[in-house]
Amino acid sequence: MDINATIIGQSIAFAVFVWFCMKFVWPPIINAIEERQKKIADGLNAGERAQKDLEKAQEDIAEQLKEAKQQAAEIIEQAKKRGAKIVEDETQRGHEEREKIVASGHEEVEAERHRAREELRKQVAVLAVTGAQKIIEREIDENAHRDIVEKLVAEL
Amino acid sequence: MVSGEQTPTQYIQHHLQNWTVGEGFWAVNVDTIFWSVLLGVLFLWSFRRVAKKSSAGVPGKWQCFVEMVVEFVDNSVKESFHGKDKLIAPLALTIFVWIFLMNLMDLVPVDWLPTAAMYTGYWLGFVNDPHDVYFKVVPTTDLNTTFALSLSVFALIIIYSIKYKGIKGFAKEMTFTPFNHWALVPVNFVLESITLLAKPASLALRLFGNLYAGELIFILIAMIGLFQLPAHFAWAVFHILVIVLQAFIFMMLTIVYLSMASSEH
Repeated sequence: MDINATIIGQSIAFAVFVWFCMKFVWPPIINAIEERQKKIADGLNAGERAQKDLEKAQEDIAEQLKEAKQQAAEIIEQAKKRGAKIVEDETQRGHEEREKIVASGHEEVEAERHRAREELRKQVAVLAVTGAQKIIEREIDENAHRDIVEKLVAEL
Repeated sequence: MVSGEQTPTQYIQHHLQNWTVGEGFWAVNVDTIFWSVLLGVLFLWSFRRVAKKSSAGVPGKWQCFVEMVVEFVDNSVKESFHGKDKLIAPLALTIFVWIFLMNLMDLVPVDWLPTAAMYTGYWLGFVNDPHDVYFKVVPTTDLNTTFALSLSVFALIIIYSIKYKGIKGFAKEMTFTPFNHWALVPVNFVLESITLLAKPASLALRLFGNLYAGELIFILIAMIGLFQLPAHFAWAVFHILVIVLQAFIFMMLTIVYLSMASSEH
């Protein structure tokens, strides 16, 4: 209970402990704590930034997607239009072709018929003349009545 | 646990007696020195282990605990002490942890270590009667320890006062406050001296008183027979608060006193 030399020993011990703590214990620990605090703060900042970047990227993506969709729709629309036009053109051409073919066919048929008629007419004329000849042979001279026959042929 | 041949008074007195070597003022309380130095070394060793490995990486469990304590002390210092000082924070940490550990010895059942010491001493042949061995395990129930701490702080208060205000400023503070008149210089000096001296005295006596009383109650509880178990438990639980609180108060007041010493009025 009395105050004695212990107080001196305790004071020295205290002083040594404080000195040791100040020299070897406190600085490394507090430095580590502060460094870690800084690291954590940086990490949180980085995280926040990354979040923002991500949001922005997502927005960009959405926008680009929208644009791409729009372009695709446009392209499809154009393609459809072009397809329709090609079909129409082809149809038109087909019609024309058919018309042409039909027309040429008609013409050919007409020409053929004409030729056949001419032929027929000639042959009929020859036949008529031949018949008439045969009928008249006995009484009429061919040369004397050729003009009448000609007239007949022309009337056919 | 009263031994057969001891009266309660003898039992209590035995428990409150230091193991003292030497005579008069130059006597040394070996038990006080032993436990306080052991605990101080334990504190520094365990904290130094963390300090050596400390990095900003992922901390281990013990490192987490140590850093918690360090940060707690650091915040307390930053709240009260404005300005840069390399000494205050480690000083506060040492005071807080060391006093806490010394107080913590109070929770070791009061008979264990003294009884062990008694029979160790007897068997080793230092004494003829085991009861001649005195062994107090709570260094803070020794006035020498608490005054050693508070007088060291007192010395720092004076050093800081002179360092930050100069000898002139310190002298002026001692003589011209609280009454700023030359005729009242003696009155001021008496008042300021009392204020100054009250600081270490109150620091030491508060810590000593709390722990001494707590220790005494543990001793009294130890004498009541079987009912000491729940009573001891209840008092120990309550005492946990006292232990931490006294360590904290000592640390906090040290910081506040040094902060006052280093700031102008």
